[in-house]
Amino acid sequence: MNFRTFLRHVREGFKNVFRNGWMSVASVTSIVVSLFVLGVFILLVLNVNSIADKADSQVQINVHLALNIDQSMIDTVRNEIGAMPEVSKIEFISKEQGLKEFREDMGPDAAELLEGFDVDNNPLPDKLLVEVIQPTTVPFVAEKIEALNENHPEQPIYKVNYGKGSVETLFKITRAVRNIGLIFVAGLALISMFLISNTIRVTILARRKEIGIMKLVGATNYFIRWPFFVEGALIGLVGSLVTSGILYLGYTALTNSVQGDPMLGLSLVPFADIWLYLCGLLVGLGVLIGIWGSTVSIRKFLKV
Amino acid sequence: MRTSHNREVVEFMIEMQDVWKTYPNGTNALQGVSVKIDSNEFVYVVGPSGAGKSTFMKLIYREETPTKGQISVGGFNIGKLKPRKIPYVRRNIGVVFQDFRLLPKMTAYENVAFAMDVIEAPKKIIKKRVNEVLDLVGLRAKANREPSQLSGGEQQRIAIARAIVNNPSVIVADEPTGNLDPETSWGIMQLLDEINFRGTTIVMATHNRDIVNKMRKRVLAIEHGQIVRDQQRGEYGYEF
Repeated sequence: MNFRTFLRHVREGFKNVFRNGWMSVASVTSIVVSLFVLGVFILLVLNVNSIADKADSQVQINVHLALNIDQSMIDTVRNEIGAMPEVSKIEFISKEQGLKEFREDMGPDAAELLEGFDVDNNPLPDKLLVEVIQPTTVPFVAEKIEALNENHPEQPIYKVNYGKGSVETLFKITRAVRNIGLIFVAGLALISMFLISNTIRVTILARRKEIGIMKLVGATNYFIRWPFFVEGALIGLVGSLVTSGILYLGYTALTNSVQGDPMLGLSLVPFADIWLYLCGLLVGLGVLIGIWGSTVSIRKFLKV
Repeated sequence: MRTSHNREVVEFMIEMQDVWKTYPNGTNALQGVSVKIDSNEFVYVVGPSGAGKSTFMKLIYREETPTKGQISVGGFNIGKLKPRKIPYVRRNIGVVFQDFRLLPKMTAYENVAFAMDVIEAPKKIIKKRVNEVLDLVGLRAKANREPSQLSGGEQQRIAIARAIVNNPSVIVADEPTGNLDPETSWGIMQLLDEINFRGTTIVMATHNRDIVNKMRKRVLAIEHGQIVRDQQRGEYGYEF
């Protein structure tokens, strides 16, 4: 194929989009609707993921130490926990600091209630705050820490606390959301492809006469296919760009309204962080679907 | 033109040898048809509806393939043609239908130019040649109209212009006057006669008794899938 013929195909492809007026609009609309649903879902999954990531990383193990142990014992326990490969960080919170934080947490209203407690009269134990590398290993690490008591007759560990139950549930939920999200995104992508190729098929069905005449006057299959190829790509491109635009406007409006509301306390992933990934995916998918839909659909009319 | 390569010495423009056509539903459309048509001939194909005329025509422009037997058109054995080669053979055959089959959203000029566009002819040559054939069919003045703005006879003239624009050796016309009134039909026939006079073989299926009887040419009568009469300067021969 020479360059002049190539230009002719591109020109014909563009012309066809306009010639087929409403059919093109129908194809673009079907792409916009499918990709929009897909895009919304991807945004949803991304945000749930980011919330889940934050929740995951906030899981810590509270190791309450026994009241009657000395500093060397505390250091021993601390070193033993630190030696565990799953552990990323250990923070020591003395009983004094614990009381101070507790006061702050309770606020000025509780000042009266906590008046009697001071350095000499502190009911709180010393505490180690343990963070792990893999949030999912929290229950396992907690058990290992509890088992440290077996090495020491002093029983230095009073209680290990990590929100047992609720943490497991959180992990289950975030894992489920990720998996279901992935399945949904894949499913939606597939459905979009069929929906769109079907619309394109209908538009081509309306043009089988044109294809028949092209064959009759001696056009090769490649010659017939090319303009449809360009047309499909163009429809896919326009559809995905429109979808990206709608998602951008909708998402930024949503982000702004949520961000201004401290009660909700959650912040959405900024569009700027994900637009390249999202729009790239939508445009790629749109163009691919457009090309696929049009080339697959004309194949059967070419067998004349 | 590309169709000229590999062509054997042409004895007959169209030659069929014991051609059979059975459709997948079991219909025997043609049963052992043998015929030879010279270049420059004008042949009418007549016969009752469903006798096999359309199949006969379709075999010539390779819309159908024979179940058995051999067909050559312009020296190409088109029964054994590889699908890839079909377009190049079609460029040597112009086809005209009863229902014109013009593209509705293109002008008359574009419809004719389309046939040259498809074989990747240069634009300059397209313009010259399209205007030439529009002159021949007498519609240069209406070149910019769309088919819906033309009468039936005019649409058929455009269809004929499209069929001849690539200088084919053969024109296959399947009831070209079927949708036209008698007067318009005569205009079309004179045009086809003129094209034949210039050296193009014409095979025309028709139900039009007046035309066959007045413009005497070779007549092939097909009944029950067989050629029952082959007559030079023949008559229509049917009462309907």
